[in-house]
Amino acid sequence: MSEAAVPFDTKAEAEIKRKATANTISRILRYTVVRLFVLFITVTIAVYLTVLIANMGGYVDTIQRGQIQESVSMALATNPAFKMLSPEEKQSQMAAQIAIQEKRLGLDKPFAVRSFLYLKNALTLNLGRALQMASDSGSKQVKFIILERLPATLVLFGTADVFLFTLAVTVALSLSRKYGSFFDKLFITLAPTSAAPGWFYGIFLILIFAALLHWLPFGGMVSAPPPDSKLMYALSLLQHMILPVAALTLSTIFLSAFTWRTFFLIYSSEDYVDMAKAKGLTSRSIERGYILRPTLPTIITSFALLVIGAWTGAPIFETVFLWPGLGRALYTAVGLYDTPVIVGSTVIFAYLLVITVFLLDIAYALVDPRVKIGGGESRPQ
Amino acid sequence: MRLKNIFKELSRYPSAIIGLVIIALLLALSVYAFVTIPYKQAVILWRGGEGIWYRNPKYAAPAWTNYFRREKLAESFHLSSLDGTAPKTVTPGETMDSTVITYTFDYQADGFPSDIAIFFTTVYTDKQPFVSISWLTPDGRNIPVFSGAIEKGEAIYFAQEIKLQRKLAGLSPEQGLFVADPEAGLTPPVKGIYQMVINGYTFTKGSSVDAEMVLYGKVSGIAGTDHLRRDIKVALLWGTPVALAFGLVAAVGTTATTMIIAAFGVWYGGWVDGIIQRITEVNLVLPFLPILIMVGTFYSRSIWVILGATILLSIFGAGIKTYRAVFLQVKESPYIEAARAYGAGSLRIVFSYLVPRIIPLIIPQLVTLIPAYVFLEASLAVLGLGDPTLPTWGKVIYDAQTNGALYKGLYYWVLEPAFLLMVAGLAFALLGFSLDRIFNPRLRGM
Repeated sequence: MSEAAVPFDTKAEAEIKRKATANTISRILRYTVVRLFVLFITVTIAVYLTVLIANMGGYVDTIQRGQIQESVSMALATNPAFKMLSPEEKQSQMAAQIAIQEKRLGLDKPFAVRSFLYLKNALTLNLGRALQMASDSGSKQVKFIILERLPATLVLFGTADVFLFTLAVTVALSLSRKYGSFFDKLFITLAPTSAAPGWFYGIFLILIFAALLHWLPFGGMVSAPPPDSKLMYALSLLQHMILPVAALTLSTIFLSAFTWRTFFLIYSSEDYVDMAKAKGLTSRSIERGYILRPTLPTIITSFALLVIGAWTGAPIFETVFLWPGLGRALYTAVGLYDTPVIVGSTVIFAYLLVITVFLLDIAYALVDPRVKIGGGESRPQ
Repeated sequence: MRLKNIFKELSRYPSAIIGLVIIALLLALSVYAFVTIPYKQAVILWRGGEGIWYRNPKYAAPAWTNYFRREKLAESFHLSSLDGTAPKTVTPGETMDSTVITYTFDYQADGFPSDIAIFFTTVYTDKQPFVSISWLTPDGRNIPVFSGAIEKGEAIYFAQEIKLQRKLAGLSPEQGLFVADPEAGLTPPVKGIYQMVINGYTFTKGSSVDAEMVLYGKVSGIAGTDHLRRDIKVALLWGTPVALAFGLVAAVGTTATTMIIAAFGVWYGGWVDGIIQRITEVNLVLPFLPILIMVGTFYSRSIWVILGATILLSIFGAGIKTYRAVFLQVKESPYIEAARAYGAGSLRIVFSYLVPRIIPLIIPQLVTLIPAYVFLEASLAVLGLGDPTLPTWGKVIYDAQTNGALYKGLYYWVLEPAFLLMVAGLAFALLGFSLDRIFNPRLRGM
């Protein structure tokens, strides 16, 4: 509303602008630091809860003890010197060895202490050794098994999320522009189909495009054997990503577009939009400055929940598409009863969620002027 | 809004009517499942192996798919001398008794069966009975199938008879026995009346030979069979009440608790609200499905434990923020101020003024949440973490996935449970959306 404002001389105006920008940046930085700190505490609690659930009733300990016993007895059985001993000596030797190993792994400490030990290990990504699984490079370290699979998951879900966000905003805007049209009604009608998760649509897509039409692969990330040249590798990756991304999109687009379109419609019925229209602004600038802008925070919140939902669904989604990511590692670990990998993957998922929340928080702060940046007193309301 | 009015309103929405009709049908199916296959029997049937299901073929498509095929596939049937479907005559002799069992059937399918098996029930003291089996084709050929001594409870699977295969010019017996000329290779099966004759000889007093013949077709029953010869119908039927109950209980349990907690948080504000907000934030980054997977792997796969864990993890879910936003608005309403002015207590305000105010918002949400939980139960089953005793839709998909049903072209195996899941999910979603429009008329025009 610069027309209505008292005219400033340009120097003072620039000064105010500069100050405001500096102020905003410092506030956003402060906000970021505060959010990082809060989220660190959040993730610590989440990981601790994960450890507690994983070890409720000492279940993980029992497995670890069994593992120690087995490895000790195996080591002793293959030791030629051990064969000469009498049965009693064998027993005492074994008990001593087991005690040493248990002490080494901290199993002799009370659970309260052990749980914090496990927490520290989990937070520092010291996730232990897998019982059965191994990384492709042959390592038994859970950390490496997971890190090796993380890129696959990130590529798939990152692409899908960006694609989905762009598509849904575009569709929602165009639906809100001509609401009541055929496509608008179509999206309203189809919105309930979003009740089904991505993997469910995945099964149908695989059935149609892989099994019946043979157009696209059943699953996996690249064709086997992997292509040598980088370009072919990327193309093969793209080809394998079509079905999963389509499945994720199908399972959310109708509801998201419908909900977001409704947000747009709500904001476009605000008085200030009428005011802007009365002022004679173009419909394009009204859409961008007066409708999209105030709606974005709401949309980002809705999108954050959507992304988090997609993350948590990863184990089953990747299993259906045979995608060699973190989720499928978790599924394989369940099948093999590989406890360290199960706990490790869960911890990593917690981290992924925290990072997602953090990124979307920042985006939220950038688009929502109402966020009281840098803390401050809450207004008495 | 009165219940009667709601129904009146609902009847104006075709999607709501469709949803309600489907839900009613699913409920009827659940009742039918309870009545025809009692719970205990369902569990026994689903966990039973070959002993129960030996008469079913493996990987058989539903029988009704034949209506859509030009070339009809063989249907399974069984004939037995024990129940009189195969006539048996015993002729006593001096040193031995001879038994003749004749199996007569009309074969009209355009395809071959998947196998033929004979299950013997013999009684003898020391010397085993001797049998010879011959196969009479409609065009009058007589093919000797098997001859040899038979033990108690022995079974002969034709597809595994190597000698017979050699006699049939290398064709697998379940195909070679039906072609006009095995030397000419695999030609369509000859249609007509086939006969299989078992000649049995018993050598001690009181001995007997009985046998059941099972022709395994390629289609079976209303729903087909899986890799363990089980009738998928059992799981489809029983999956209905399980899915409905899980979805409903989880949705109601979560929504009600979430709503009340959000109301208290908003009303008391301050540190109460703060703590609830913090718990929600922690809960948001708790990986929901992986934790359920952990619970399922480490503790119990019982559906009730999983249900409890689901509700616990969902109480402080995303809903709390939505409700909180609404409650924050409601809290500022003049009527709340009025209530405060007349001296209403906090509990009274929360339960009589705040909570009822957002029930219109809650009911549609609750109904739309049901499919999410129905699919959650299926998701867990597809991950192999389904309840070990209950047959459910998700478990059928799991079996199909692990046995590569889509690769093998056994589409019915995936499509049947997926169809039911979709129908159930869609029904609640349709109803929920219509309810949303009725209860939240602000959005009705949009």
